[in-house]
Amino acid sequence: MNKILVVDDERDIQTLFEQHFRKEIRHGEVQFVFSFSGEEALTYMYEHEQEAVLILSDINMPGMSGLELLKHIKEKYEKPPPVVMMITAYGDDDNYRTAMRLGADDFLTKPLDFKSLKEKLKTTLL
Amino acid sequence: MSLSIVPFIVSLVFLNRFRRFSRANGLLHWEMLFRYALLLSVALFITGMVFKSEDFTKWLWHIYLIVLVVFPLQQKEFRPLRNFISAFIPYVLISVVSDLTEVINADFFKTTETYFKNITALTYIWMIALFYSQNRQNKAAERERIKRLHEDELNKVIAARKVELEVLVQERTVELTKQKEELENTLEELRATQSQLIQSEKMASLGELTAGIAHEIQNPLNFVNNFSEVSVELLDEMQAEIGRGNSEEVKQIVTDLKQNLEKINHHGKRADSIVKGMLQHSRTSTGQKEPTDINALADEYLRLAYHGLRAKDKSFNAKFETDLDPNLGKINVIPQDMGRVILNLLTNAFYAVTEKKKLLGESFQPSVTISTRKMGKNVEIRVTDNGNGIPEKIIDKIFQPFFSTKPTGKGTGLGLSLCYEIVTKGHGGELSVETKEGEGSIFICTLPL
Repeated sequence: MNKILVVDDERDIQTLFEQHFRKEIRHGEVQFVFSFSGEEALTYMYEHEQEAVLILSDINMPGMSGLELLKHIKEKYEKPPPVVMMITAYGDDDNYRTAMRLGADDFLTKPLDFKSLKEKLKTTLL
Repeated sequence: MSLSIVPFIVSLVFLNRFRRFSRANGLLHWEMLFRYALLLSVALFITGMVFKSEDFTKWLWHIYLIVLVVFPLQQKEFRPLRNFISAFIPYVLISVVSDLTEVINADFFKTTETYFKNITALTYIWMIALFYSQNRQNKAAERERIKRLHEDELNKVIAARKVELEVLVQERTVELTKQKEELENTLEELRATQSQLIQSEKMASLGELTAGIAHEIQNPLNFVNNFSEVSVELLDEMQAEIGRGNSEEVKQIVTDLKQNLEKINHHGKRADSIVKGMLQHSRTSTGQKEPTDINALADEYLRLAYHGLRAKDKSFNAKFETDLDPNLGKINVIPQDMGRVILNLLTNAFYAVTEKKKLLGESFQPSVTISTRKMGKNVEIRVTDNGNGIPEKIIDKIFQPFFSTKPTGKGTGLGLSLCYEIVTKGHGGELSVETKEGEGSIFICTLPL
């Protein structure tokens, strides 16, 4: 089961994902887990090691930022490291370069284009 | 002959004085008369010497002298010389009496001759004494006159100087008045500039808001778009399920759709209130107090401050927390002004923690908290940060206008002073700070209910 961890401080993101991916969820193709802060995400990953294969994280969150979370994940979880994609409203160069430098596998901007996200997930999760 | 000398000298002195007096007072015909009289005296004297008949000449002299003494006494013009004349009267009198006595009763005269001689001597002394005393008086008078002349001269000089000084004072006054006017103009300009600065400080804080606002609006707008999109998909699905007769599934989709629409509504309202907040902030304050939910204000401006700073500095990240008293109710404040105060305190707090993070790096977790509490008759708003605190020596200055610890160009230094004005003068409250260097600060704003 492909578990995807979504990290974003906006709670409505959960509803959005669950509705966009209702078919996939219903057919058991994918399972979503939601954390509403970087700290929550790390706690989850610590408690459920290696379960999440893909992590979608917002960058701008209060407390631990998405980029810090990215750094922690890539440093701690090495074999195999989960795929981490950054989602953010700030699609500027600085953020992009930092994310790539820290090992992000992809960089998406808000508002999310769920169609293209589905394409990416298909290729990644295969 | 010896006896002739005395009357001669007497007449000379006498006549000379009168002559000078007449000349000084413009009595020219009298002057001439006295000149002739002087000649007469000389003539008499020479006659006496030539003719050696003493008896005759001495009577001539007596008559002459009596005339000389008596005549001017009767003239009004010579009244000032009366004292002078009186000096000679004893002499003339005694010499006449003495000679008369000798003629009338020679024997009697012989016995009393010494007395007559002594008295005559006394009259000489009298004349001489008076002469000297008069002389002294005249000299003194002359000195007085000269002194007064000098004084007059001096007074003239002083008066001239006074005029000069008054001209100088006048000039100086004109100069000073001009300087005063220039200073007044400069003061007006400075006041205008200060107003401009305050306005630009307000605009600057508005500018900081704009970035935060843009982001804040972006989020709810994204949701509106996303949920609308997904709702369209759901409707397609619903149609398919209706076609298949899957009423359970349809009911589920309807529930989801309703939820989506509610979320769209919620995020739409969120965007709406942000825009309203921004409009309120930019509008010049009406100065009217309105019942305001301070918690909502704090929350809104916290987000705005946070996102505003994030927009300016991409690396900025700090934990923020709210600790809001639910029992606060609404209090009468000018929303734009209090919003500005909260915004400024939060911006300062975020700046402080960011600066500390630059120094300490990864290990430091910046955190800013805004809390509200009802304390008796007041509402207390606290903004707490774990930044570097405020050094003791500048604590007193932070509320002063134009005081800033930020590098030049980064801050106008008007933020806290404006806040202070708004809180104390605008709302009758208090604004204070508790701080520990290296550990953080708490800004406490107390407002009366």
